[in-house]
Amino acid sequence: MRFLFKGVDFFPHDTRWKIIERRYIFIGLSWALAVLSAVLLMTRGLNYGVDFKGGSLIEVQAKSGGIDIGDLRVRLDKLGIGDVQVQAVGTGNEALIRVAQQVPTKDLNEEKVQAAANDKVKGALGENIDVRRIEVVGPTVSAELKRTGVIAVVASMFGILLYVWFRFEWQFAVAAILALSHDVFITVGMFSLLWYEFDLSVVAAILTLAGYSINDTVVVFDRIRENLRRYKRMPLIELLNLSINETLSRTVLTSVTTALAVLALYIFGTAVIHGFSFAMLFGIVIGTYSSIFVAAPFLLLFGVKRDWSGPAVKSPSKSDAAGKGRRENVASK
Amino acid sequence: MLHFTRLKQIAISLSVVLGIVLVIPSFFAKETVAAWPWFMPRAQINLGLDLRGGAHLLLSMETAEVRKDWLDTLREDARKRLREAKIAVAGIGIVNNALQVRVSNVDDTDAALKELKGLAQPTGNIIRGFSGTDLDVRKAEGGVILITPTEAGLQHRITEAISAAIETVRRRVDFTGTTEAQIVRQGSDRILVQVPGLLETAPLKELIGKTARLTFHEVHPSISAEEAKRTRPPAGYRIYPGADQEGDQLLRETPVVRGDELKSAQAAFDSQTREPIIAFTFNGSGARKFGDFTKTHVGRPFAIVLDDKVISAPVIRDAILGGSGQISGNFTVETANQLAIQLRSGALPAKLTVIEERVVGASLGQDSIEAGKVSAAIGGIAVASFMIFAYGLLGVFAVIGAAIHIVFVLAIMSVIGSTMTLPGIAGIVLTIGMAVDANVLINERIREELRGGRTPISAIETGFTRAYATIIDSQLTTFIAGLVMFWLGSGPIRGFAVTLTLGIMTTVYTAFTIARLLVVWWLAAQKTRKIEPPLSYRPPASLKAGSVRT
Repeated sequence: MRFLFKGVDFFPHDTRWKIIERRYIFIGLSWALAVLSAVLLMTRGLNYGVDFKGGSLIEVQAKSGGIDIGDLRVRLDKLGIGDVQVQAVGTGNEALIRVAQQVPTKDLNEEKVQAAANDKVKGALGENIDVRRIEVVGPTVSAELKRTGVIAVVASMFGILLYVWFRFEWQFAVAAILALSHDVFITVGMFSLLWYEFDLSVVAAILTLAGYSINDTVVVFDRIRENLRRYKRMPLIELLNLSINETLSRTVLTSVTTALAVLALYIFGTAVIHGFSFAMLFGIVIGTYSSIFVAAPFLLLFGVKRDWSGPAVKSPSKSDAAGKGRRENVASK
Repeated sequence: MLHFTRLKQIAISLSVVLGIVLVIPSFFAKETVAAWPWFMPRAQINLGLDLRGGAHLLLSMETAEVRKDWLDTLREDARKRLREAKIAVAGIGIVNNALQVRVSNVDDTDAALKELKGLAQPTGNIIRGFSGTDLDVRKAEGGVILITPTEAGLQHRITEAISAAIETVRRRVDFTGTTEAQIVRQGSDRILVQVPGLLETAPLKELIGKTARLTFHEVHPSISAEEAKRTRPPAGYRIYPGADQEGDQLLRETPVVRGDELKSAQAAFDSQTREPIIAFTFNGSGARKFGDFTKTHVGRPFAIVLDDKVISAPVIRDAILGGSGQISGNFTVETANQLAIQLRSGALPAKLTVIEERVVGASLGQDSIEAGKVSAAIGGIAVASFMIFAYGLLGVFAVIGAAIHIVFVLAIMSVIGSTMTLPGIAGIVLTIGMAVDANVLINERIREELRGGRTPISAIETGFTRAYATIIDSQLTTFIAGLVMFWLGSGPIRGFAVTLTLGIMTTVYTAFTIARLLVVWWLAAQKTRKIEPPLSYRPPASLKAGSVRT
């Protein structure tokens, strides 16, 4: 007897959840989250890291035993170098110290005055504490990084918009970009809510998220397009619903695999990539949500072209034919 | 989709073998790899400073200084040209980043303009072609001629100054005995210095933070600095502030000799006072100029000026003809050594400021590598378990594909010599999750086709074909984001962009060749004509017309 393990088909199929019919619930929820994010960003802002705020970040570790954070804070507060934040990380023997951007004096420029403040901190650490990492970012660089960060997010969204437009119709592209902006905006709002540090690596996570969260949306859109060709007379609401339900397993399971990998990073990674993995993890969840509940309702709003029988390159039958053609070419070599 | 020619099968297998072979060196120490015979691959993945430990300094050049220096030189050139053309000059001064020349006789303006236009140099290069001149020379009211540096001209100067500064910084860093330092231009007016293994950056910053422009000046024979302050310095003279205890001096602006004519400079001790000094020697032309000057100025003081500050003003006792001498000026052994290095390595064209500094200790880097390995291993195991649970044998194929994907990313990185950073490791862990996404899409599609009533082979065939476009679409969007990050990002973020974009490419390759080839081989290995479906599936609950795929 041969044994073949075929895996477990655990994900429910043949679901016919009325997602589109109940779209107002989800649209309402999304709006609520978006408004909450907007309010948070306007009133509270973001906890910018040294990359965007300037100043210095010093990571320290105790040679033996733990670090008394309270005591360290008291010692550093006495130095007269303005706002000093001390945060425990790791297993209690590590801490992050953030020194605000110092104001240059007549004799000392921005670089020198910051270096002097850092030296004071290093001097106050005591014998038992080692410096493991120092990052000093001047005001010119932090302003630039902020600007590049914004440009990068806008540029990638624009690139994605163009690509989806090129592959689908404009309604799909606009719906995808709106869903994407929703994901990015709410993720940034989450950073404001939890007051997690927002640094360069978080921007990298948001960019990746922009590329990744659209994956699921594209999977759904692909199926919508396929079904548009197949069921020429099905009402759009029903067709969108069918497409979402049919691709549900794919949308969810692809996110699960990536989320598993990111979860490992979140749990076992060092302090440096904590913000990064949190942004990715949250982004994957919200991205999956928006692919299912947000993107397709937008299509309903914009309407889509129903006649896909024309000589469009995008029609699935053509791409199938092209695929077969390729295979035959290969076979004949 | 379920056919590979023999040639193609061999090519794919070879690509895997090649990938594995190329990754091997990265798992050994550098010394071990260096001793390997010639036919073995030796390229290793570079570790970024955040993983191996070291200092990263971003220096910015004060471009205003470059402009000022240029204008200073221009002023001398303009004066000389007009003198040679016998045109009397009422005054030359620098006003609002431009040189203002006023001729004594207004009728000479056109002649002077013609002369001064000769100062302008064409800008542009062979590739971009001629694009104007570096100076804008024009006539203003009442015999005044304005000479303004153009943007292109200034950019050209800055580019030259940065190139010169990189050389100087490199020499200064080399003198500290640091090896492996990387010094590169960044943007138009910045220099990135990366020194592996360096934790204490203060001495390095001291060393590269000083321009160290040494000049020897004639002291005004009769007017003292104090008198000049009350009145006005005579033409061609300027008051230079004194360093430390030195007094201010009224000096001729054009130096007798400059530091770039030094042949050598060493820290030494004065034979009488036992104080640290700098002993120097001029090169041929420097020695001649200095000799001529000292011969005619015996008994009078001259000033040694460092970065526009007088460090000492000794009296010339005898003509110094041998071209060697010494500088004393309240040095400690340390500062004397530092200055000697700075003088030997030449002056910087303008001041450099550190605008960004990132220093990572080697122990933290090691911890990051360990944490990266643990996350990769655990993330990999979690993803693998999930894939095998959900898709059985096809899941195993996907996991093999994902493993080969990692090998490919590492192999390509070591071949193209890109740098692995901590975010780069995060990128790899992330792409492990993304790599199997393609397989999830394919397998779910196969399952759907099986449920629709297709035969196993037909279902597999359709699964791969239909999922293809979807996978390309979904991966390309992430790829776009990765490219933008590579284009705009710096340092560690770039490292992430590298692994992400490479990872996406190899993911598509492994899902569509490796995983598919494994399926083809599995099908070929089946002894029976009747092939079992490779995936379990539940038949549709109700055979509605809509759910049957035809």
